[in-house]
Parts: sequence; structure tokens; C-alpha cells
Amino acid sequence: MIRHLLSAADLDADNATLVLDTAAEMANLAGREVKKLPTLRGRTVVNLFYEDSTRTRISFEAAAKRLSADVINFSAKGSSVSKGESLKDTALTLQAMGADAVVIRHSASGAPHRLATWVDGSVLNAGDGTHEHPTQALLDAYTMRARLGRLDGLAVAIVGDVLHSRVARSNVLLLHTLGARVTLVGPPTLLPVGVDAWPAKTSYDLDAVLPDADVVMMLRVQRERMDDAYFPSVREYSRRYGLDAVRMRKLPEHAIVMHPGPMNRGMEISPDVADSPRSTIVEQVANGVSVRMAVLYLLLGGQHK
Amino acid sequence: MGHPRTAGPAAGKTILTSAELARVVDRIAHQILEKTEGARDCALLGIPTRGVPLARRLAARIEAFEGNAVPAGVLDITLYRDDLRLRGTRALGPTSLPTDGIDARRVILVDDVLFSGRTVRAALDALKDLGRPRVVQLAVLVDRGHRELPIRADYVGKNIPTALTESVHVLLTEVDGLDEVRLEEKH
Repeated sequence: MIRHLLSAADLDADNATLVLDTAAEMANLAGREVKKLPTLRGRTVVNLFYEDSTRTRISFEAAAKRLSADVINFSAKGSSVSKGESLKDTALTLQAMGADAVVIRHSASGAPHRLATWVDGSVLNAGDGTHEHPTQALLDAYTMRARLGRLDGLAVAIVGDVLHSRVARSNVLLLHTLGARVTLVGPPTLLPVGVDAWPAKTSYDLDAVLPDADVVMMLRVQRERMDDAYFPSVREYSRRYGLDAVRMRKLPEHAIVMHPGPMNRGMEISPDVADSPRSTIVEQVANGVSVRMAVLYLLLGGQHK
Repeated sequence: MGHPRTAGPAAGKTILTSAELARVVDRIAHQILEKTEGARDCALLGIPTRGVPLARRLAARIEAFEGNAVPAGVLDITLYRDDLRLRGTRALGPTSLPTDGIDARRVILVDDVLFSGRTVRAALDALKDLGRPRVVQLAVLVDRGHRELPIRADYVGKNIPTALTESVHVLLTEVDGLDEVRLEEKH
């Protein structure tokens, strides 16, 4: 197994399948009375979050605690970072404290790669800028496999703000590795330059893609990252690229609707779609804990000191 | 599940042939029936890899002898092992328990070879997180000695005195394609 998880591309098909299979066993823990395993006793996992996050941080924290690791939460607010400490100095501090794994979220793309060169422990990318979010891609793949029974040959449409989405990047890489066919859908302004080189098709027309999709993944419109110049108005975006009940009917009977959260209800996804039985949004959160347990176990469990 | 052991030509000494192995399983089944008042409230939990088919065989024999169905499950202990750090992580197997759980039951752990006792210790730890059995017992096909922990089996198919330089290989049809127990010199 690899030492760090920095990119979804770090996983080949065998390793990615191992993570998903391991996660499936970890998921059984949720139904038990004692939701704890002794596997990572005595290991320290540091959550290093330079960006706000609720679900990812809590998910990693729950995963580490269920494996009996000690968890130290570090958020940039209220720490030495606000006094101007650099990432490298923070990393060396964590190193000196003996962190076995560092889970990092950072607004700068590539920060986890830099961090991996400074610390001895494993580095897990929990989202870096507009670059990657590999554990999100793993939990999405897990959810698809759990609902639809397979990944090989699935048609997956990823819709919306692909340009700013680390979720989309990691998903394209991982789903391609696992044999799914991805189509990226969005207005031309929100598809990145060079998207032709990605292992995915692109389309500007959501309605044309829906009838053949097994999975529709709606991306959050990241208002904090844009100055509203990418599309004329929220209303127009919603009309062309939002998923509402009328549009959902164009999907095949078995297709599922996913969203990495947090949602802008009424913008990229309408409330009735988000709450429909086809939506896997709540399952994705539950699966996130199992997948992160699997990753922590596989990266840390057998580590040589 | 583990990989099948390949039957190399003349690899070591045969301790139990297929017919003898079947007789030993029958005897363990009889002993369980005798000591547990007809296997009342029993659950057999096999420890992967080869404890799992053994548990199923014991359950089938008990049913054949006395007509009562004993649930046979699987207890994966990977996450409870104390050698993960030394040997590296391995793939997890499924754990399946009787539908009504193991609380207040007599749980009989089933494994192929009893050696250091560390696997059984891990199984006891795993069991503790899954429920509270009334009694926990241990059935093994082969006891080869060299315990590293204060653990003993309640039902033993065959005691085989071994040297630490030797290894005991249990082969079962379900996993390896044939039934045999073999003693080999370690390479």
C-alpha cells in the first residue's frame, strides 16, 4: 500500500478496490453496540485544517477515533498561523510531536504534496485548493458501488462548477481508474482550460446527457470562489444546469443523484430532488466515515516505525 | 479469504489423511454434543481462513448426529491482531454472527491450528466488542504446542508435538481442493 494519499491518481485499480472492500467491512461497525476497534491504538492523527470544513473534519475525526487513534484537531483560526507561522514550521512542530498521520485541508493547491516532504508520517489530502479531494472520490465511488452494484462501465455525469471543484478532479481520476465513463457537464466558463486532456467527455447540455446517465453528481456552485462573472445570473444557471424534479424524470429508472455537500438548495439542486429516494446525499456522509477508516487502516495499520 | 496451499510433491509428512481428518471432525462434534448437553444455545464461530469451513463442517456433523441446527458464523480478527505493525495490513474478511447475536450463548471458536495462542487472544478481544457470550470455548483441529499465552483448547482433534522449525499445514477441500494435515520442515 502507498504511504500518502495525496491524489486519487495515487491509487491503481487494485488498491482502490482494496480501499472500497475494506470500507465495506468497516461499515458493519456502524451497526454494532461497541463502535470501536483497537487497531490504531497509540497512533496520533492530526487534523490540520486551514480551511473551514465541518463534514470532512468530523468524518476524519470519527474515523480515527473509531480505530482508537488519538486525534489532535488543529484549525488555523486561533493558532500560531494567525500569528504568521508558515506551513513548514507548523509541519515541523507536528513532526516533533510525533504525528503518525496528518490530515490536511488547505486553500493552496499542492500544499499536501509539500507537507509530505517535511513530515515522516502519512499525509492525507482532505482537499487542497481547486486541486484534489481523494477521500471524497473514494466515498462517492463506494456509494455508487453500494447502490448500483458495480463501477465498471457506469455512466457518470458530473455537473456544474468543474473549474473550481477538487471533488470533480479526484472523481474523474478515480472513476476512470475503476472503469466508469465520466461526462463533465457545465457552462463553458466553468469547464477548465485543458479539460480535453482529462480522461472524460465534456458537454454543455445537461438535458442531452441525463437519459443515458447511471449517476448524476451535482457540484456545489462555489459562490465564495467566484465573482459572479461565470454566468449571467443564479436564475439562469439554475434553469440550465440545476437539477429539479422535471429534469430528474429524464433519468433512467435506476439512476442515482449525488451531491458532495454542502448544498445550495434551489440553485444546483432543488429541495424535492435532494430529499428524494434517489438522492444518496445522506448515505454519502455515512459512507465517508467507513471509507476514511479504511484509508487510515491501510495507510497506518502496518506502518513500520 | 486466504490462498489455497499448493500440494507439492512429497512435501513433508502426512499427519492426517482425508479419511482420518473426517473422523477427527466427527469426534470433535461428538465431544461438543457431550459437553454442551446436545449443543444447546451453541454458536460456532470460525476464524478465517480455515476455521470457517471447519466450523461449517462441525455444525453439519452435529446436525447429522442429533438433528439440531447449530448456527455457524465467521469471526474476522484482522483488526484485533497484535502483529499488524510488524507484518503490515491485510485485507479484511467479513464477520457474520448468528442472526440473534451471541449474547448469553455458548460460543465455540473454531480454528485449524492452535500455536502461540495470539490468534485466539485476538478473537477473544473481538468477541468482547460484539456481545457478551455466556461461555466461550475453543475447538481446534490440531494443537501443535509452543503457546506464548495462557490459553488452552476445550476440544482438540489431534495433538502434534512439533519443533519450532517445523510448520503444520492444514488443507481443506473448501480452500485447498483436498483434505489433509501435513508436517513440513520450514525453509
